[in-house]
Amino acid sequence: MSEHAVPDRGAPARAGAIHDIGYRHYDGPRHGARYIQRSLFVETLRGTYGLGRSARSKVMPFLLLGLMVLPAVVMGIITSYVGLTAVPVRYTDYVMLVQLVVTIFVGSQSPAVMSRDLRFRVASLYFCRPLSRRQYVQAKLAGMTVALFILMGLPVTLLFCSALLAELPLDEQVPDYLRAMAGVAIHAVVLAAVGLLVAALTPRRGLGVAAVVAVLLVLSGMELTVRGLASAFGNDTFLGYTGLISPYTLVDGVVTGALGADSSGGQAPPGALGTVLFTLVTVVLLAACYSALVARYRKALG
Amino acid sequence: MSLIRTVGLTKRYGSVTALEGLTLDVQPGVTGLVGANGAGKSTLLKILLGLLPTTEGSASVLGLDVATDGPAVRERVGYMPEHDCLPPDVSATEFVVHMARMSGLPTTAARERAADTLRHVGLYEERYRPMGGYSTGMRQRVKLAQALVHDPALVLLDEPTNGLDPAGREDMLELIRRVGGEFGISVIVTSHLLGELERVCESIVVIDGGRLLRHSTTASATGATAVVTVEVNGDPGPLVRRLHTAGAGVRSAGNVLEIDVVDETVYDLVRDAVAELDLGLVRLERQRHRLTEMFTDGDRRSGGAHV
Repeated sequence: MSEHAVPDRGAPARAGAIHDIGYRHYDGPRHGARYIQRSLFVETLRGTYGLGRSARSKVMPFLLLGLMVLPAVVMGIITSYVGLTAVPVRYTDYVMLVQLVVTIFVGSQSPAVMSRDLRFRVASLYFCRPLSRRQYVQAKLAGMTVALFILMGLPVTLLFCSALLAELPLDEQVPDYLRAMAGVAIHAVVLAAVGLLVAALTPRRGLGVAAVVAVLLVLSGMELTVRGLASAFGNDTFLGYTGLISPYTLVDGVVTGALGADSSGGQAPPGALGTVLFTLVTVVLLAACYSALVARYRKALG
Repeated sequence: MSLIRTVGLTKRYGSVTALEGLTLDVQPGVTGLVGANGAGKSTLLKILLGLLPTTEGSASVLGLDVATDGPAVRERVGYMPEHDCLPPDVSATEFVVHMARMSGLPTTAARERAADTLRHVGLYEERYRPMGGYSTGMRQRVKLAQALVHDPALVLLDEPTNGLDPAGREDMLELIRRVGGEFGISVIVTSHLLGELERVCESIVVIDGGRLLRHSTTASATGATAVVTVEVNGDPGPLVRRLHTAGAGVRSAGNVLEIDVVDETVYDLVRDAVAELDLGLVRLERQRHRLTEMFTDGDRRSGGAHV
């Protein structure tokens, strides 16, 4: 090794600076697992929108965010100009309306969040550091959840702002808006958990995208079919529970049942028992996804 | 204070025993961990990082119990895995900065340390390029850099010379020597090649089938009996006589001669003698034969123990 005598080629030369000063020890602060977890969360969140990644990886998330926001902006403009007495779409319906865009976002970004560390076996470098596997999964999950919250919450908020600009009665708008935002939050965490789990189980990037989109689309499709059949046979009790099949209608059921919104795309759960069941299934689903993710990383040590 | 101390360390995966009653006391410095594939080297490293629970026995690193103080151990230890672990789409700088932050360093310090460390391992302009295009040698350097970036008290290097060509091996071994000497960071380095470790390590731990075969300092293992192996084509007879008359200790086995290295002049003696006798020099290789014997010795003993 001859770089001993070679001046520091990496740093710009400063006048009078001593170039190779040899190895220096670090005696600055060392933060604990909480700082590391927060850094990983911020990095994950930025990564889902392509920030800090190549220009190419910014295209997709921002295109999708644009697609999410566009209808809200158009509706807002119409509301103001035409002077409607209510916004054209209920806040709680908005997510169900643009479901496909959300699905594509979850599909395209989950593999970027999850499979990279698994496919290139970077994960073992995280776990030989103070961060535990649980904290790692929590940070990734939180990053994806906040990304989805922004994706769905921004258009709903814009719609709400346009309603305020059109001077619609506040007491009619606020409760519905708050319910919608709570629904967005639950949607975000459920979709993030499902998306990340599917992505973690399919470490190959292209496959991961397809798998996540397929799982969400197939579940939605199944829900529609079963609901159609139940409706045709006139079985009302069963009809009420078809919403359990897809994550979207599941969360919608929680929002309509527990938060008292009017039912949108899906079918409202029948009565108090149904509401309890929908909420319970959501909680169990979240817990299952989280445990499966932690288990996946227990194996990934390599 | 001991760097690493294990007492009766045993690790079983179901019916498979990876480590069996391993009791070690490793002092600071550069220590080689030698064993065939599957001898339990990687398992031992993972236990020392507090990532694998032990079946029996205990282990402490830097005075911290790995079973209870895992995160504290990992904060002060660096680890370079054997397998590839670099994402191809980011540059070495971005990657090492990120890994520094994942070790708990604030962002500005992480940037400084990453630039410093990459320079020390010998990566310059290329560190701004995506790592997908790196050679194996460069990738190994980045892996070493991420293990050193938070200035640990100890680094665990799992097969760092794997896949490198002879020149790359030399560079990596020299780097390891600098980490232990100039940087003042203790090193545990594993390899299945004893020969390359004896040159950089102050002590060698040999394990086989999860058991400790031998733990000794290289000085005591190699003693003063360094030898150089010389292979010539042509009749080695005159060369042996000539070296004998010059006072060198020579043993011959066919075309291969083993010559004791008393001091550096022995090399000149061999060179001059070969040139004057007009022989073709096939090989001139320095060895410490006693260390090699220790390994074969150990193999025999463990073979006996398994019966």
